Amino acid sequence: MSNNDAPQKSTGLHIGEAKPGCKKTDPMLVIDHVKKSFGGLTAVDVDHLEIPKNAITALIGPNGAGKTTLFNLLTGFDTPDTGAWEFMGTSLSGVPSYKVAQLGQVRTFQLTKALSLLTVLDNMKLGAKNQVGESIFRALFPGSWRKQDAEIEVKALELLKRFKLDTKKADFAASLSGGQRKLLEMARALMTDPVLVMLDEPMAGVNPALTQSLLGHVLDLKKEGMTVLFVEHDMHMVRHIADWVVVMAEGKVVAEGPPETVMNEQAVIDAYLGAHQDTDLGVVTGRISIIDEEKDK
Amino acid sequence: MDWGTIINNTLAGLLTPTTIAFALAALGLAMHFGFAGLLNFGIAGFMAIGAYGYAISVLTFGFPWWGGMIVGIIGSILFAILLGVPTLRLRGDYLAIVTIAAAEIVRLLFLTTAFTDVTGSADGLFGYNNAGGFTDANPFPPGSYGWGPWTYNSETLWVLTFGLGVLAVCVWFLWALMRSPWGRVIKGIREDEEAIRALGKNVFAYKLQALIIGGIFGGMGGIVYAAFANVSPGVYVTSITFFIWTSLLLGGAATIWGPVIGAVIFWTLQAFLSNVLPELALAGILPMTGIQAATLRYVLVGIGLMLLVIYRPQGIFGDKRELTFVK
Amino acid sequence: MTRVVDVKNLTAGYLPGVNILNETNLYADKGELIGIIGPNGAGKSTLLKSVFGLVKVRGGSITLNGEDIVGQKPNQLVAKGVGYIPQNNNVFQSLTIEENLQMGVFQEPKNYAERLEFVVSIFDELGKRLKQRAGSLSGGERQMVAMGRALMMNPSVLLLDEPSAGLSPVRQDEAFLRVSEINKAGVTCIMVEQNARRCLQIADRGYVLDQGKDAVTGTGRELLNDPQVVGLYLGTLGT
Repeated sequence: MSNNDAPQKSTGLHIGEAKPGCKKTDPMLVIDHVKKSFGGLTAVDVDHLEIPKNAITALIGPNGAGKTTLFNLLTGFDTPDTGAWEFMGTSLSGVPSYKVAQLGQVRTFQLTKALSLLTVLDNMKLGAKNQVGESIFRALFPGSWRKQDAEIEVKALELLKRFKLDTKKADFAASLSGGQRKLLEMARALMTDPVLVMLDEPMAGVNPALTQSLLGHVLDLKKEGMTVLFVEHDMHMVRHIADWVVVMAEGKVVAEGPPETVMNEQAVIDAYLGAHQDTDLGVVTGRISIIDEEKDK
Repeated sequence: MDWGTIINNTLAGLLTPTTIAFALAALGLAMHFGFAGLLNFGIAGFMAIGAYGYAISVLTFGFPWWGGMIVGIIGSILFAILLGVPTLRLRGDYLAIVTIAAAEIVRLLFLTTAFTDVTGSADGLFGYNNAGGFTDANPFPPGSYGWGPWTYNSETLWVLTFGLGVLAVCVWFLWALMRSPWGRVIKGIREDEEAIRALGKNVFAYKLQALIIGGIFGGMGGIVYAAFANVSPGVYVTSITFFIWTSLLLGGAATIWGPVIGAVIFWTLQAFLSNVLPELALAGILPMTGIQAATLRYVLVGIGLMLLVIYRPQGIFGDKRELTFVK
Repeated sequence: MTRVVDVKNLTAGYLPGVNILNETNLYADKGELIGIIGPNGAGKSTLLKSVFGLVKVRGGSITLNGEDIVGQKPNQLVAKGVGYIPQNNNVFQSLTIEENLQMGVFQEPKNYAERLEFVVSIFDELGKRLKQRAGSLSGGERQMVAMGRALMMNPSVLLLDEPSAGLSPVRQDEAFLRVSEINKAGVTCIMVEQNARRCLQIADRGYVLDQGKDAVTGTGRELLNDPQVVGLYLGTLGT
């Protein structure tokens, strides 16, 4: 396959059997009986779910399974009808989204929210927490915030370089391509020094060749001690970096476990992965009459 | 056609207390709409509260002039909070509707005869400059100052100086705020509140702060106007709000100097039109009476505003990338 | 033989002074399935939109069966047999599936019944749920409606902008298989895709767009196996 070092997967994350709702040895997020309906349609109905700390968890499932709704509930962007959930021991029910972000959770959005009318650098600087200059009274006195702003700028430029956006720092974010905006959103999220990073389809719209370096970024997060929860459809990414996979369908968690086990479960294949996962569609459609035998892995 | 008078009056319009009052109100609207994206269609209400706050404190409660002005400012702050708390959590269009209604309610409260002892109702209030000591505070000895179209007596000169001073302070305030991290958050909110919330900022608090700051500027505009003329409900009608919007969009809504320059151009243009149009009517070029011709300028303001929004929403100084109404 | 679509030295863009496409070339012969892949910002969607008259062309030429179509409006092109499926907002969410399909044949309402039969034969799921509101469908189902809608005008050329975007793996495969089916039925297809591997597996020929120019071209198989293309555009994670 590739010549990258296979990332080191975390093991021993769960207690007991790997099934939906199983307990984790060191949970960062614990979700209990969370339900959300939109006018008669149950979007989310999760009995119990624990997200392991300092690991990369993938949330997969068909469209309409409730993944983004669950995301919105966990990050305070939506309120559940019932349920409770804890983040590092603190209850988050009723906590508004901006406070959840202050507690150390950060999320990206499915439809990228790069602020087009601001420059790339300003986008980044917005991410930094506890900025003295953001208080209206101290904003008037640059002496109180200049130094911090300069430090923030240094951090921002470093991150931009990492994501290969440093040459665009003075451009308005509107001039970036879709994939670049995704990168900006991820880089900006990292400015908040989060402990839990929640990425909503981070690879969507990103060039496959760039995907690899992005995966490297996500793996770095784990190395730096953060926990990652991401929603994705790109199964290669999931297999490559996820330590744990949670499968949702019709609002419920239907399977949990390490990627190799979960992604070989027949039910998951039928509902989500498809039978042609590892086959060449050219063969399936009959468009190529000879099966290439020199097709290397 | 008496071009001499027309030109003289037009040039005079460049620097009058009315111009300054409007520049202040436009500055407030720049904070609200240009930078924070809040649709405030009730800026006239803030001006009214500032003006009446000043006048009533002096006449009814015997405050000194500067005390009265502070009351006007506090009134603007309270009005902003009153408007903001229920509506800032709703979609922007709702703020627009609420502000139009609120400004009208304010005007009608000042118009009603129920409070005529305090507000003077339709007649309005006057004489507060003397009663409060503003006139006495005038450092300029009586006489004539300036030259050509910009000749003023000492009273007008005092109001002008005072107004310019206030304007300078407010411009500095706006500039200092918008170049700070606070300003950055505000601009982010203007575009996408959710993204800003996801970064841990309390969006509601920022919006309320912006509403208050802009409200203070608007209130000061009302106060400067009051210090020059009189206070009457007939001034703070909805058309005034749209004049201020025009001034703002003309200069550039998301800039610091845009609202000021826009207000100056607007009032100079108004001075020009209010002189030229009646003359054209009298000379028979326009087929209407002098009075009709004078009101024609309001039609032209309306058309101008439409053209601005359609063809050049960023105004003179604005950056097209930053401010377009067509997303 | 006249090419169905022939793009020569095309230059186009959105903001004044900034060109997204820089003298790019592309052609499609009758019955071909063409794939367009490449990095973000390369201009793939812009190329498709230029052919469909949605983006102003600043230089170069586009012909449809030999006829110059630069400057023509999308509705004129639809009448000429070009179908377009945008990436986002491609169904009317407040309308039912049936109404969406009716919108597809808007210019020739008499043909509705006949075309409906054809479309339902390809997407039998749609036939069962005609009265359902499109907004209540999942992403994959909406993609089906969008494709069905485009097919209602019996197009000879179909332009698809990332048909697999945002879909789960099984639905992505379904989307690709469907495009292949539609192509086999005689519709020339030009498809922009982010899932480069899958796209090239079913394409007859492909173009790799980079910085607004057609950087590499070849048959689908050639591109899939070209180590440079793999390294720069496909990534090695795939197989």
